Parts: sequence; C-alpha cells; structure tokens
Amino acid sequence: MSLRLSTAPHIRSHASTGRIMLNVIIALLPAACAGVYFYGVPALNVILVSCAAAVISEYVWQKLLKRPVRINDFSALLTGLILALTLPPSIPLWAAAIGSVFAIIIVKQLFGGIGDNFLNPAIAARAVLLASWPARMTTFTAATCFSGADAVASATPLAVTENYSYLQLLIGNIPGSIGETCKIAILIGFVYLVFTHTVSFRIPVFTMLSAFVFAFLFGQDPVYAVLSGGILFGAVFMATDYTTSPMAAPAQIAYAVGIGFLTMLIRSFGSYPEGVTYAVLFMNILTPLLDRYMPNKVYGHQKAKEAKKA
Amino acid sequence: MKVTFKRGVHLSYANKEPTKQLPIREFVSDSVQIIMNMHIGAPSEPCVKKGDYVKIGQKIGDAVGFLGIPVHASVSGEVTDVARIAYMMEEPVMAVTIRNDFKDEWTELNPLGSVESVDIDKIVPAIREAGICGMGGASFPTHVKLSLKPEQKCDTIIVNGAECETHLTADHRLMVENAPRIVDGLRAAMRALKVEKGVIAIEDNKPDAIEAMMRAANGRDGVSVAVLKTKYPQGGEKQLIEAITKKQVPTKKLPIDIGVIVLNVGTCAAIADAIIDGKPLISRVTTVTGCVRNPANLRLRIGTIVEDVIGACAGFSEDPGKVVFGGAMTGLCLPRLSIPMAKSTNGIVAYNEVESRSVEEGPCIRCGKCVSACPIGLNPYQIKVFADADKIEEAEKLRVMDCILCGCCSYECPSRRWLTASFKIVKQKLTLKAKAKGGNAK
Repeated sequence: MSLRLSTAPHIRSHASTGRIMLNVIIALLPAACAGVYFYGVPALNVILVSCAAAVISEYVWQKLLKRPVRINDFSALLTGLILALTLPPSIPLWAAAIGSVFAIIIVKQLFGGIGDNFLNPAIAARAVLLASWPARMTTFTAATCFSGADAVASATPLAVTENYSYLQLLIGNIPGSIGETCKIAILIGFVYLVFTHTVSFRIPVFTMLSAFVFAFLFGQDPVYAVLSGGILFGAVFMATDYTTSPMAAPAQIAYAVGIGFLTMLIRSFGSYPEGVTYAVLFMNILTPLLDRYMPNKVYGHQKAKEAKKA
Repeated sequence: MKVTFKRGVHLSYANKEPTKQLPIREFVSDSVQIIMNMHIGAPSEPCVKKGDYVKIGQKIGDAVGFLGIPVHASVSGEVTDVARIAYMMEEPVMAVTIRNDFKDEWTELNPLGSVESVDIDKIVPAIREAGICGMGGASFPTHVKLSLKPEQKCDTIIVNGAECETHLTADHRLMVENAPRIVDGLRAAMRALKVEKGVIAIEDNKPDAIEAMMRAANGRDGVSVAVLKTKYPQGGEKQLIEAITKKQVPTKKLPIDIGVIVLNVGTCAAIADAIIDGKPLISRVTTVTGCVRNPANLRLRIGTIVEDVIGACAGFSEDPGKVVFGGAMTGLCLPRLSIPMAKSTNGIVAYNEVESRSVEEGPCIRCGKCVSACPIGLNPYQIKVFADADKIEEAEKLRVMDCILCGCCSYECPSRRWLTASFKIVKQKLTLKAKAKGGNAK
C-alpha cells in the first residue's frame, strides 16, 4: 500500500477564487436588478455588453499569449459588471465595451493578470471613460420604471440644486449610474458579502463613517451626502477590491478613512460633482505603502520595543 | 468569561464527533518497537540487548545529556531486536523491539506518595526518571521545562486542554475520565516550583471536560479552570499564553521568560503517575479516526505499531490515501504503516483517497485572508513570494522565523497556495544556515 506524503495542513477551507468572485457577483445582483428596473432596457444592454466585452477580451488575451485561460474564476465577469453598474444608463454601448476592454487588457493583464494589478480595473476604466467622454458620462436619464414615459436626460443629484427626499435617495428612483442609486439594494449586497465572509465590514463601514464626518465638517448635510451619488456603491464594491486594498486591519481603516475624506473633498471643493472614482484610485495607489507601514503587529515583537524604551 | 487570542481561524470540528463520546479503551499488541528519540534532545542509549527479558517499566534506554530522558519497556517479554529502523523522514533511528508475553509483570516501582506531601526536591528528578516529555506534540523533556535557572521565576503554570486540532479527542477524554490525575500532576509541578497559580485551560466546545476539571480542581490550592473560545490555534503555546495572561512571549524567548510554563493534560497525568505510583511513562491515549471502521480513543503502549493500531479499530473502512500522526492542521504524514507510535502521538488519522488528493496552487489574488488568519501577525502572502524565489534572507526580514507553522494561512487561502509548506522549508534552511554560522536564527 503506498501512502501519499504532504505537508500540513491536510484540510483546506471551501473558499476558492471562483466562489469568492461569484459571491460578489451575487451581491451585485440586487443593485443590477434595481438599475434595470429603474432605467429599463438600455441599462440591461449596458450590463450585457460590458460583461461580455470583459470576458471575451480576457479570453482572447490569454489565448493569444498562450497563458492558462482563467475566465472561469469569474473575475473578468465581475470587472465587467462593476464597470457597467458605475456607468450612466444612456452611455453608448461602444463606450461601455471600450471601458471593459481597457479594464481587462490595460489595467489587469498588462500588469500581470489577477492579483497583480495596482489599480481596480473597473474604476480605472471608469476614470478613463470619464476623462474621454465627460458629457456622455455625466448625463443621466430619469428613472422611468417601465412607465412608458420618455427618458429625460438630467444631471446627477449632486450637480443640481433640486433636492430629493432621503426616501427617494434610499430607493433610488432618481437619475444616476445604473447600480449606484438604489441604496437598499447595495446594502442587501453588503450584508450578503459580510455574512459570507467575502469581505470584512471594515472598509465599507469606515469609508461611510469618514464620508459622513467629513461631509459635516465641509458644511454639507451629512445624511444627504452619504445617501447621494456613488459613495455607498464605491465603499461596498469598489473600495473592497482585494487586489487593490490593504490587508491588515489598521491599514484598511486608514485606507477607508482616506476614501471618505477624498470623496467629500472633491465633492465640496473640486470641479467634479462626484469624487468616489478618483478617491478610490488615489487610495489604490497608496495601498502598497499602507501595507508596508501599517502591518499587523507581530506577536512577541512590540513588547521588545517597549522594553527597550523603558 | 471566555478568553482567546487575536486572529486565527474557525474550523469545523465535525470530525471530532465520532470519538468524543467514546470512553478510552486499552489496547495491547503482540509486540512493540520503542524508538530511542521520542523526545527533543540526544537519543537515549539502549541498555538492553537482544534476548534479554524485560518487565513493564524497566529501563531499556539510558538518558544522554542535559535534554536526555530514559526510555522504559511498555510491555513485559523478550527483547527480540535492538537495531536502527527507518522511521519518519529522518535518518534511521535506534529502536528496541519487545515481544509481549502478556504476563504484564511490572518492574519494582518506587512510589513517592501524595503530590501534596511529597518532598518537593524529589519531584523533578522523578519526572526525569519517568521519561516524561511534552505529550501535546512537541516532546520537549518536561524535567528541563521544570528546571529553572536562578534568574528565572515562574508564577503561572497553564495546563493545555484546548485540543484545538481537528479529529483529536484524546485530551478531551482524558479530562473527562481522569480529571483528578491531571490536577495531581499540575499540583506536583506547582509545588516543585513553588508556583501559586495553576490554570487549566479548555475550549468551550468541551463542556463535559470543563465540568469534570472544575469538579477535580475544587478545593485544590491555587488551581482554577479557564474557559477558552473555540478557535484554532488556541492550543498553540503562544496563543494559549496570550489568551490566559494577556501577555506575549517575546520573540526568540521561552514562556518561562515571562514567568509561564505550559504543560499538556497528558503530561500532567503522566507526572501524577510518576509521583503517586512511581510508574514511568509507558502508555498514552491516542485518538484513532478518519477512514477506519471503528474510530476509538485508545490507551496504547508506547511503541505500538501503527498497523496494529489500525487493526484494533477493525481496519480501514476505505482505501487510505494518507495516514497522519496528529490533527489535520499540523499532523505529519506517515511514510508506511509499519512504524511505531511514540510518546507524543496524540492521534492517528486516516484520510481516504479523495481527501488525500493534492491541491493545485493558483495565483495569489491578494485577498488578505492569510493576513487576517495569521495568529502571529505575519504577511504570509508576501513571505511566500520570497520563499518561492528562494530568497531566504528576505523571508527572514519578514519574520518567517516567528511562524509557528499552524497552517491557518494555507487553510484559508482561496487559491490553495502552499504557504505553510514553503515556510517550513524556509525555516529549515534558515536554521541550517544559522547552525553553519554557529549562531541562532533570527
């Protein structure tokens, strides 16, 4: 009888990369459904085109470079979905496709593929689209909810003086990006992510707390500030991207506070109405530094330092 | 109040279920093969020869050096061989083989009486003579742990009844069935070192053990029971100390440097046997489970061949893929079934073919699950990069030498990366390098 030999541990958890990505996709479904409900078929088309372009570009790239094809870990699909949900429903489909291809090829694969990109692919692509076609990216249609009314273009609630009620902001039947307006749907996704241990509560919660505090300090209505725009979607689904967020608890908190602060800084004093995209990208770039200088304390080491001081 | 340490992982303990209610059953085989290096330190020197007749408890191996402990016959009968045998992965080791005559004749014993009245200077020498080493897995000679240098002072002795590993229920059953003996052993160690505080630490998934130990500790000087949260690696020495004392053992130091000594429950029971009955360590409780027909908690004579142990559990229930000494998180794979168990063998677990399949590494996705799991606070994903590139100095800078090889990072990794395995190799390389330089690894 021949016995196998291996080093411990002899058991592994059930988690796998594919399962994790699938969990995030499941968590995004309520927000996606809400978007399709509010903005109709155009929103659905954006989602489908963006997802398809992401998966196809990853497949083609890996085939061309004769690398193992990893589209079945769902990470490309997830990138496409997140990107789609941050786009306005009226975006031309070709623009959504360009965004997805850029996210997968330029931001993800050129830097080494899954786990090696230093920016969140979906947000980087969104930033590129925002810089390239600013008008198309900031024109939003009113929620029609399949009522048959013609979609009317308007601006995001952050850019207009007209006020929506807190309830409207929560439900999300207002103009905005496909997935970011329905806060209730996003919160359902958040609960699912935390419940399945896919992400820790830390980054979303501290991002929102920080946004709330800084909105107040910058003289805004803090409740309105955290319920409007993409901050909640960004905190739950963009800031928590594994590869581009810090790992240790102290660094995660600093990262989250930074995103909240930068978002409110851009909203209050910048020329863009919304700042989540750039706030997350900026903190993505700081992530290696945070990982390096704010790690967990190593057992048995901090005491030695204190003893030296004493 | 339940206490614990930072980080770690929550494991499923379903695989403790088959054996946790089973009373300890005695099993004695036809022959035993007793190896001479069951403890850390110089191997013992065989003092019997082929053809000799030995009684149970008779010394068959003399202690060598400061860390040495003697080895005793675990059955009575004829010595059929004294020779080197192939053991785990190391060089062949010296072993004494004894054919059991089942007369169960004991050698002359020298009991010292009650642990509360025995002369305290006799306790530690008696522990050494009984050949006791740590029975939780590390096999460090217990008398050395209990011999303090003049500048060292111990204020707390912790008895480790956490048993946080999967599958194993040996310590659990010992606590349920033999609680007074464990407390006696703890009291002996406390008296030997004039320690006033003894804490028996048990995870909260063993309420019957907690109850039994509380009853046994009731009325004994300075002995208390602490309830730990069930979390892996709660029974790791450093984690246990952090949970109970809120202090951390400084890196490269020993628990005694912060005034703590940790003893396994099995070790404590062995100490009590040595003092009260004068009996050396000749048997231990081992959980045999996994794909065997009748999983069991067996009291095995030291040196029982694994094949015989499996036979005592009615054989394998399916073809085994691998057989492991210890739990799933830290256990060591057996190269073959013809080798004997030793003083530190707390479990023998058989995994079926499917469970034994190797897992393929995927790319790191930087999810940080290893960082959130590491009870030491290391960055396993980063160390792995240097380990794979064979940059052991860089890995050392990231404090790989502080790694306790608990397996939490590998367990959690969604890309199934062999983190712990590569750290084990790096640690071995660094230790060898330090030895070559004549110093200690950082």
